[in-house]
Amino acid sequence: MAAVVDMAETLAVPQEGRRRAFRAFLSNPAGVISLAFLLCAVALALAAPHLYPEDPLSMVARPFLWPGQNASYPLGTDSLGRDVAAGVVWGTRISLLVGFCAMALGISLGLLVGAVAGYFGGRVDDALVKFIEIFQTPPSFVLLVVLVAIAQPAISTVIVAIALVTWPTAARLVRAEFRSLREKDFVMAARGLGYGHARIIVREILPNALPPLIVSASVLVATAILMEAALSFLGLSDPNVVSWGSMIGAGRELLRTAWYLCAVPGVAIVLTVLALNLLGDALNDSLNPRVSAKR
Amino acid sequence: MPLLEVTELETHYPTSRGLLKAVDGVSFTVSAGESVGLVGESGCGKSTLGKAILGLAPVTDGVVRFDGEEVSRLGSGARKPFRRRMQMIFQDPFGSLNPRHSIGEILSAPLAVHGVGKAGDRKDRVARILAQVGLPAESIHRYPHEFSGGQRQRIGIARALILDPDLVICDEPVSALDLSIQAQIINLLVSLKGEFGLSFLFISHDLSVVRYFSDRVLVMYLGVIVESAMASQLWSRPLHPYTRALIAAVPDPARRRQVAPLDGDLPGPQDVPAGCRFHPRCPLSSDRCRVEAPLPRTWAPGHDVACHHADEVPRASDQP
Amino acid sequence: MTVPLLEVHDLTIAFPAAWPVRNLSFSVAGGETVAIVGESGSGKSLTALALMRLLPGAARISSGRIDFVGQDLVTFSEPAMRKVRGARLAMIFQEPMTSLNPVLTIGAQIVDVLRLHENLSRRAARARAIELLDLVRVADPHRRIDDYPHRLSGGMRQRVMIAIAVACGPRLLIADEPTTALDVTIQAQVLDLLDGLRRDLGMGLLLITHDLSVVGQWADRVIVMYAGCKVEEGVPDVILHRPRHPYTEGLLAASPRTAEGSSYRDGLLREIRGSIASALGEQGCPFRPRCPKAAPACTLAPPPAVVVQPGHLAACPVLNPRQARDAVA
Repeated sequence: MAAVVDMAETLAVPQEGRRRAFRAFLSNPAGVISLAFLLCAVALALAAPHLYPEDPLSMVARPFLWPGQNASYPLGTDSLGRDVAAGVVWGTRISLLVGFCAMALGISLGLLVGAVAGYFGGRVDDALVKFIEIFQTPPSFVLLVVLVAIAQPAISTVIVAIALVTWPTAARLVRAEFRSLREKDFVMAARGLGYGHARIIVREILPNALPPLIVSASVLVATAILMEAALSFLGLSDPNVVSWGSMIGAGRELLRTAWYLCAVPGVAIVLTVLALNLLGDALNDSLNPRVSAKR
Repeated sequence: MPLLEVTELETHYPTSRGLLKAVDGVSFTVSAGESVGLVGESGCGKSTLGKAILGLAPVTDGVVRFDGEEVSRLGSGARKPFRRRMQMIFQDPFGSLNPRHSIGEILSAPLAVHGVGKAGDRKDRVARILAQVGLPAESIHRYPHEFSGGQRQRIGIARALILDPDLVICDEPVSALDLSIQAQIINLLVSLKGEFGLSFLFISHDLSVVRYFSDRVLVMYLGVIVESAMASQLWSRPLHPYTRALIAAVPDPARRRQVAPLDGDLPGPQDVPAGCRFHPRCPLSSDRCRVEAPLPRTWAPGHDVACHHADEVPRASDQP
Repeated sequence: MTVPLLEVHDLTIAFPAAWPVRNLSFSVAGGETVAIVGESGSGKSLTALALMRLLPGAARISSGRIDFVGQDLVTFSEPAMRKVRGARLAMIFQEPMTSLNPVLTIGAQIVDVLRLHENLSRRAARARAIELLDLVRVADPHRRIDDYPHRLSGGMRQRVMIAIAVACGPRLLIADEPTTALDVTIQAQVLDLLDGLRRDLGMGLLLITHDLSVVGQWADRVIVMYAGCKVEEGVPDVILHRPRHPYTEGLLAASPRTAEGSSYRDGLLREIRGSIASALGEQGCPFRPRCPKAAPACTLAPPPAVVVQPGHLAACPVLNPRQARDAVA
């Protein structure tokens, strides 16, 4: 007897599974373009020390070179004669570093708290939800500014601060997923077989809760990049590194005379954040079988 | 000594609308090698009862003894050895298997968790159980969504039996399946019962399936057992008016277009009527039924009924 | 003989790569209850949706006619079909929990359908809605009419669904597994209600079900479907006691319900081997891969349903080899 799928199922619903999700993703042009763009950005960030071995903060040419004016400095130079292209490339490194690290930290924290709260429920859940709410009550950017102001202005503290501000979103998402999944019969079956809590959380529930988490991860990276940009625009980030935000901050007083100083890093932020959001949408459509089945 | 002995078991849930008495004082036994059927309509607490016995639903009061030992108060560690010996088969063959695990993982995990055998032995054990439930050996590399409903239920049965339990609680194991597949699964359970020397608590709303598969039948209504008897006896001489109504409600080609036998809706477990729980729908109800809940009494050896008016119930043969 | 209310001729429903219903023909007369019985994958529910012209996305009617009161519904435009649906042709679904709109009172939902198809004032429609709730035996309809669906039990909701379906006095009511989600005692009430309405309103009733015993108690005629084909048709007494098609025979033997007094201790049930998935891609009789009587003739083409005795049709080449040969030729 070969393994056969019900006739009705074959007719109505396409095959589930990773391959199906992958195919659904490939059929979404916005998602594929976004992913390609982000991979280029990562490559650029990794290649920064080779492309611009010099410190991007050092003065290399005549100030206020407009983009295209001098072929050696395709994006021009700023008021101190620093290469804008070098700044953007090194800024990519910082933005992506902050984005991904803050996301990873935030998701880990959210996963830990959300999984425990959602799985155990009851008083544990009540207490953890209150704990989450403490972080969600103050406006997140104010909290972020306070956290950075207390600590040293270094990239690591910025990452930790952003993670502390964004993890409640992940925690709430994970908690909701775990709450609905723990009622499923296969979790009941696992309990009936005598599996321990840790095994049920990690092996049974977590793999099923991952798809929505992956989607929100891409959006969290975008949020973190925006937060870092805002912090460095205000001069609250590490003053010794170039980031897109600090470039915009430095160029803001010259907006009328040399608007390209703000525009170039601004476009970099917009494109990256847009790509991350489109990637999130595409992942959502392809990982969520209910949506992709309708297509 | 019975294999399973349930005494005055209660499962109550606090809800915003008051206490939900899902199971409200249930006592029965299952002997070794016996198959006990539990019938009732949705919301009567039959599924909760099954889960409470296994410690998957809370026990508010009462005692569950398995092989002479009280298991209802055990923590998860102390309960672990008993988990191996009491297993459950679920209704929904789609929801009861983790979609992200292969069949091999699903079947070998219980062995790993309970430390049964070495990795090599476990593989053999999985292969053997797959053959026993009638699935091809190469199924281990496949995922649940690649199987049909009947095949998934076979996987669920294999998972329940791989630890070689003594008692299996089946919660509506065939209700989600098509008729032609139902017979395959019931036959499989019957053969495995002999092969593994199993005892069953077989929960279902389908009277004909329960009648076929059970030696003894318990009838449950709103959290309590209203009648219990040997299967043959229950059908030839149902005593409780609710049992009679259930049997009469089974569509029967011999009764063309006869009027529905029982009026009214099943009340929710939140608003259980006072006195006898069945009195608002009962054709025999009297003033006494409205105030006094009937206790189970033995009518004949092995035949208990909880009804003040059981003696007034006409015999089945008197019915048109 | 009464003029048929509904006559379906050679209805075929197509998905892009499959034919879930093939060459289905049957009729329903006014005041008659016809039951279509089959398991999942038999095409019974798709047939019901095709009659309403409500087939899901990829499915379409690829050939055949649906003559309803003398008009072919297949040729109807969507606006024309909307005038028929809910008025002369109505349907109730299996799931009473999700078929009602949760944010509207049940009264509002009945009034909506009344005012859509009949020129009634709001007040008159409400009065009619109360009458309808009374008709479907909802106790205390004056009070119940302003309830929201979540306040009602499953059985009550199905009654409300029936009230909505019969609000405009349909000529034909299609009931797709109307009692599958309900408890046995409630199931009996709802079937009794449907049967009473059929009699009182003189409408045809097309009952789609998987339950053979429901069929026996309530239907005038039974159509057994398997993998998109009609395999047998006849009066319930014949289908349940003297079936000719091996599939119907197998179903009856497999059901513990019809095996009177049997217990597992007396022996196993007679099962039908394999699953309906084996019909996929079958060139001949769809049941051949599972059939204990399969013969070489069965591989040739899907057998047509032929009269085996007056009023009793079966689609099995083994029953009448000569007719099977003629059909192939």
